[in-house]
Amino acid sequence: MIEGALWRRWVFYNIPLILFVFVLLFPFYWMIVTTFRPDGELYLPWNAPNYMPFWTNNPTFEHILYLFEETNFARWMFNTMFIALVSTLISLFCGVLAGYALARLNFPYAGGLGTAIFITYLVPQTLLFIPLAEIIRNFKIGDTPWALILTYPTFLIPFCTWLMMGYFKAIPKELEECARIDGASRWKAMIYIIIPVAVPGILSSGIIAFTLSWNEFIYALVFLSSPDQKTVPVGVTSELIRGDVFFWGPLMAGALLGSIPVAIVYSFFVEHYVSGLTGSVKG
Amino acid sequence: MAVTSLPAAEGKRLSPRLRKLEDERWLALALLTPTAVLLGLFIAYPFFEGVMLSLSSTRVGQPGEFVGLKNFHKIWNDSIFRTTVWNTFWYTGVTTVFKLALGLWLAILLNRHFRGKAIIRAFILLPFIIPTVLSTFAWKWMFDPTFSVINWTLFQLGFITTRINWLGDADLAMTSIIIINIWRGVPFFAITLLAGLQTISPELHEAAAIDGARPWQRFWHVTWPLLMPVTLVVVLFSVIQTFADFQLVYVMTGGGPANATHLFATYAYQLGIGTGLLAEGAAISLAMFPFLFIIVVVQLLYIRRVETR
Repeated sequence: MIEGALWRRWVFYNIPLILFVFVLLFPFYWMIVTTFRPDGELYLPWNAPNYMPFWTNNPTFEHILYLFEETNFARWMFNTMFIALVSTLISLFCGVLAGYALARLNFPYAGGLGTAIFITYLVPQTLLFIPLAEIIRNFKIGDTPWALILTYPTFLIPFCTWLMMGYFKAIPKELEECARIDGASRWKAMIYIIIPVAVPGILSSGIIAFTLSWNEFIYALVFLSSPDQKTVPVGVTSELIRGDVFFWGPLMAGALLGSIPVAIVYSFFVEHYVSGLTGSVKG
Repeated sequence: MAVTSLPAAEGKRLSPRLRKLEDERWLALALLTPTAVLLGLFIAYPFFEGVMLSLSSTRVGQPGEFVGLKNFHKIWNDSIFRTTVWNTFWYTGVTTVFKLALGLWLAILLNRHFRGKAIIRAFILLPFIIPTVLSTFAWKWMFDPTFSVINWTLFQLGFITTRINWLGDADLAMTSIIIINIWRGVPFFAITLLAGLQTISPELHEAAAIDGARPWQRFWHVTWPLLMPVTLVVVLFSVIQTFADFQLVYVMTGGGPANATHLFATYAYQLGIGTGLLAEGAAISLAMFPFLFIIVVVQLLYIRRVETR
C-alpha cells in the first residue's frame, strides 16, 4: 500500500474506520447499558433534563434476575444450545460425506447433484415454512426440539456440503492414491487420510452452522408453541412483550445473555469462521 | 506385481458390505443417502406440498379442496400484496447498493497493515454473528418513539426540536428497517470482499501507479474488475437473503403501520399463521419463487460470463 502523510492517513483511513467500528458496535453497547440500568432511569423521556443516556451510576441486576425468576430463560438457553449442537452435528455428518462424494468420486449425475445442492443452498427458509409446518404436524414432532433439529439441516447441509467440497477439492489426489497403494480400502482412505486433513474445513463449517442455527427464527417461531420448548430468540420475542408493553430491561438483558454463548464460540474460532465465510462465496 | 496384490488381499478380509464400497458408485450412493433423505423430506416434499396447498382452499383445521389459481388471482388483486411486492424490491435494491458500497469501503480500509487489525476484524463481524432478532431489539429500543437515544442525540446536537416517530410513519419505518439491514449486512460484505482484495497482487497497483494512474483510476480499472467474481457471489447471497427476509420486519414493525412495511415473508406469515389462511399464506410465500429463480439464473449466467472472460 502506498502510504501518504500522517494527516492523510487519519482523514482517509483512521477516522472513517473509527466511525465504522463505532456504528457497528454501538447497538451492543446500548444493549449492555440498558441491561444494567434501573427502570427508574430507563423510562425517562428523551428530552427530560439531567437525562444521561450513555452511562448509569446505579447499575442493577434486577433485569437479569427477572429473566431467571419470572421467565423460562434458562430453559430457552438450554433448548437453543441443544438444538444448535445436535443440528450442527447432523449437518456436519451429512455435509462431510456428501461433500467428499461430490468432490472426489466419479459417478453418474455427479455434476447435476452438485448443482442441485447449490440450488437448495439458495432456498430461503421463508419460502417453505407454511407447508413445512403442516408436515411437522403430520409427523407428530410439532412443539418438540426434533421439529427444529430435523429441519435446520435443510439449510445447514447444503452450506456444509458446498464448503466441504471446496476443501476436499484442494487436497491432492495423490494423498489418497498413496494410501490405496499401501493397502487401505477406499473407505479407510477416506476416514483415516482425507477427513483428518480436512479438519480445518470441518471446524469452519461447524462454527458457521452453529451460529446459523442459533440465529434461526421463523421455523422456531412457527413450529414451537409451549413456553418451555422455545428457543432464546422466540422466547424473548413472545414472553417479554405483553400486548403493547415492552419490558425493555429484561428484553435487553435477554438479548445480551442470549448473544453471549454464540459470541464466546465465535471468539474461539474467529479465524475458522472468517475462512468459512470467505470460502462459502468462492463457489 | 506385489503392489497390486495387496489391496486384493485386504479386500478378502473385508465384509461383503465394505467390499461393495470399493466401487466408487456404491460409495457415492452410501455417502449421499443421508443428505438426500433429509433434503428430500424437508425441502422437496414441502415444496410439492406448498404448491398443492397454494392451489387449495385450506384453512387451519379445515381441509380444503382444489381451487386452481384462485388464491393467486386473489392476492394479485390485493392492494396490500402489491405494496408488499414494491416494498420487497425497494428494500432489496436500496440495501444491496448501500451494503456493497459501504462494505467495499470498509474492506479497503481494512486492507492494509496496522496494529490491532485482527481484533478490529473480529469485532466488526459481530453484527453478523449475533442473532438478528436480538440485535434488532436493541435497534427497536434505540428507535423507541419516547425514549429514543437517536432522537436525544439529534436533539442535543440541535438538528431537531420535536421527536421523530421512527416506526409510526410508513416511510420512516421502512427507512429504519433499511438502516438496520445495512448495519447487519455490511460486515459480511466487508469481510468477504476483503478476502477478495487480498488475492489481488499489490504489484498490479504499483505498476498502474508507475504508469501514472490516480488512486481513483487504480481502483476503477484494476481493483474493481478483479474483484468482480467475488462481488457477484456476495451480492447473489445477500440479495436472496434480503429478498426473503423476515426477522427484521417482524420485530421492528410487524408489517405495520397499517400493513405498509410488509415483505413477502411477513405478509405470508400474517395471513398463513396469524389469521390461519394457510392456502393464501402458502401462495404468497411461493410467489417469491419466480423472482428468486430469475435472480439466481441471471446472476449465475453473469458469474459464468465474468469467470470465463
